[in-house]
Amino acid sequence: MTGMDAILQGGLQGYLVVALLLFAIGLATVLLRRTLLMQFMGVELMLNAANVALLAFARFRGGDAQATVFYLFIIAVAACEAAVGLALIIGLYRHRNTTDSDRAAGLKQ
Amino acid sequence: MNKYYWLIPILPLLGSAFNGLLGKRAGKSVVTVVGLGVVFGSLLLAISAFFAMKALPDHRLILNYGEWMGTGSLSVPFGLAIDPLSGTMMLVITGIGFLIHVYSVGYMHEDEGYARFFCYLNLFVFFMLMLVLGSSLVLMFVGWEGVGLCSYLLIGYFFETDFAPAAGLKAFLMNRVGDLGVAIGMMVLFAAFGTLTVSDILTQAGHLAPEVGFGVLTFATLMLFVGATGKSAQLPLYLWLPDAMAGPTPVSALIHAATMVTSGIYLICRLAPVFTLTPITMDVVAWVGAVTALFAATIGLVQRDIKKVLAYSTVSQLGFMFLGLGASGFAAGFFHVFTHAWFKALLFLGAGSVIHAMHHEQDLFKMGGLKAKMPATFWTMLVATLAIIGFPGTSGFASKDEILYLAYLKHPALWVIGVIAACCTAFYMLRLFTLTFLGKPRDHHAFDHAHESPVSMTLPLAVLAVGTVAAVWLGWPKAFGGDFRIEAWLAPATTYGQLHAAHGEHGSHQLAWGLAAVSTLFGLGSAVFGYFSYKDGLAVSEARAAKFPFLHTLLLNKYFVDEGVELYLLRPIRWFGNVLWKLFDVIIIDGVGVNLPGALVRVFGDFTALFQTGRVRNYALSMALGAAVLLYVFLK
Repeated sequence: MTGMDAILQGGLQGYLVVALLLFAIGLATVLLRRTLLMQFMGVELMLNAANVALLAFARFRGGDAQATVFYLFIIAVAACEAAVGLALIIGLYRHRNTTDSDRAAGLKQ
Repeated sequence: MNKYYWLIPILPLLGSAFNGLLGKRAGKSVVTVVGLGVVFGSLLLAISAFFAMKALPDHRLILNYGEWMGTGSLSVPFGLAIDPLSGTMMLVITGIGFLIHVYSVGYMHEDEGYARFFCYLNLFVFFMLMLVLGSSLVLMFVGWEGVGLCSYLLIGYFFETDFAPAAGLKAFLMNRVGDLGVAIGMMVLFAAFGTLTVSDILTQAGHLAPEVGFGVLTFATLMLFVGATGKSAQLPLYLWLPDAMAGPTPVSALIHAATMVTSGIYLICRLAPVFTLTPITMDVVAWVGAVTALFAATIGLVQRDIKKVLAYSTVSQLGFMFLGLGASGFAAGFFHVFTHAWFKALLFLGAGSVIHAMHHEQDLFKMGGLKAKMPATFWTMLVATLAIIGFPGTSGFASKDEILYLAYLKHPALWVIGVIAACCTAFYMLRLFTLTFLGKPRDHHAFDHAHESPVSMTLPLAVLAVGTVAAVWLGWPKAFGGDFRIEAWLAPATTYGQLHAAHGEHGSHQLAWGLAAVSTLFGLGSAVFGYFSYKDGLAVSEARAAKFPFLHTLLLNKYFVDEGVELYLLRPIRWFGNVLWKLFDVIIIDGVGVNLPGALVRVFGDFTALFQTGRVRNYALSMALGAAVLLYVFLK
């Protein structure tokens, strides 16, 4: 059974494949892009890939509400984290006039 | 009075501290008063202590001032032990020491370091008294090391010169070799007796039978004898004493003739009951003494420096003392210490008086005819010369012939060596005396400026001359019909209630007189020969030197021992030291031990630093890879 068939049939595997793809895209973004903003978006993608997997597992185990509540909390915390992350990026830009993460290597020494 | 006797050694220590710390500011007259005063105070207290000891039934005055250190079964007291042996030595040190202090006032009065000189000299008296009076071997060892230190300081007194500090260092280093022997000997004695207190050791030794073969006590006494050869300049550790003449002449008289160099003999006398138990050591002592006596006397035959002649003479006379000890004549050996202290101090001070008069000229070949200029020095030196060559009736005759007699009883070969050494002694002493005082002056400039020394120098000479003559009263040998008082006097210290007490066998009077007659005839013959060889200047001796060029060169260069030591001992040691330095220190310790681990850590650090790029992406990658590995491990 191919991946696409699984999605069309609405099974668990389809959700997991989506989560995996999301995670892979996010990781690739973090590893390959140098712009902090893009890397940050990669991080968010990976986080949400995990969320997709969480909800998929919850649903196919019987659909109780615990995972959904948990997910709502994660969204809230991720929002806070996004605010802090963006603030850091803006702070870096003000001081260094760049958002290139490779050029913010001052702690190396 | 007993409660003041601790001041006997402490007074000179206080004087030394004062002269060293404040002397330069206080001025010469204060230094003189303090320097002489403390030694005189010590002398008075010593006389009092001596008679207090004499009044006691067992002649042992032991003063304890508490424990110094104790650990396990070892307990070392602070204590002074005054008995006939240490008491006599104490009187010699403070008495002759005081005379030499007086003499130094005249001899050193122009010197810049006057206060420094008296600081060292007082310090020496302190340490020498500690060495003699210490009630335990540890305290004696403190004195033993201390006199070595003072000897070093005083030999190197003229530190602006090149040779004096080097001579001081040589003396110090050679004595280290011997001192190691003393330290080992002490430890072995502690292991054997379980105590280091002299009186306890001697009491225990009294109950033991003589050791057969080579045992623990033989080892201990041999080690102590090694120390004695260092301090008392015997073969093979004698090399430092002739060089020690670089110090001021009063020092040569006090330290390197009368007192410190006899401390080796004192140590053996002190432990006589132990040495008596070890016949092998006694043989070694006798033979080393005899060979040294002859060896040094032959070198003395040709030396030109007046003090060098006397230095080799001292080495030779010390050899006689060891010969006496080795022949179980502890009293005889110590009696020679006593008489030698008087006449050799007198000879050195007389030589100092001559050197002073000749404006620091020490070359015998440039002297001559000084009899007219320096009558007091001449007559006192004559007394000392007669004593050292063993002119019948003098103290030197009494002590030397008693030793030779005992040596004959031990082994006739020892007697023959001793007699030849005595003949050499007679020859070189007459050579010295004739070249200095008789004949015609060979350096007219120096002769014209020569003058008799001040009274502070001639007075000690006179007192020492009287002592030289009077010393014979103490010990006219029994073999010659005397009563040899000193033997009975020292008996409480040298036998210590021993079962197997040492007493030299006594042969017949005829034998004693016969031996003495032979040695005296030969001795006087050599003396006359010496006189006629030099009375008309140097021509006769130069002709003789030309006839035996090899022998003359050999003796003049002191058998090339210094050169041999340099070539075969010091150079290999230096080479070995260089190997240790360049191989072990630089390569192994510095290189492999220290720098290699450092370099490894640095290389490893440099390698791992490559992973620290400072780039977020790289860190994220390694994190992802790590997570992947974990995932693989857990899901496998």
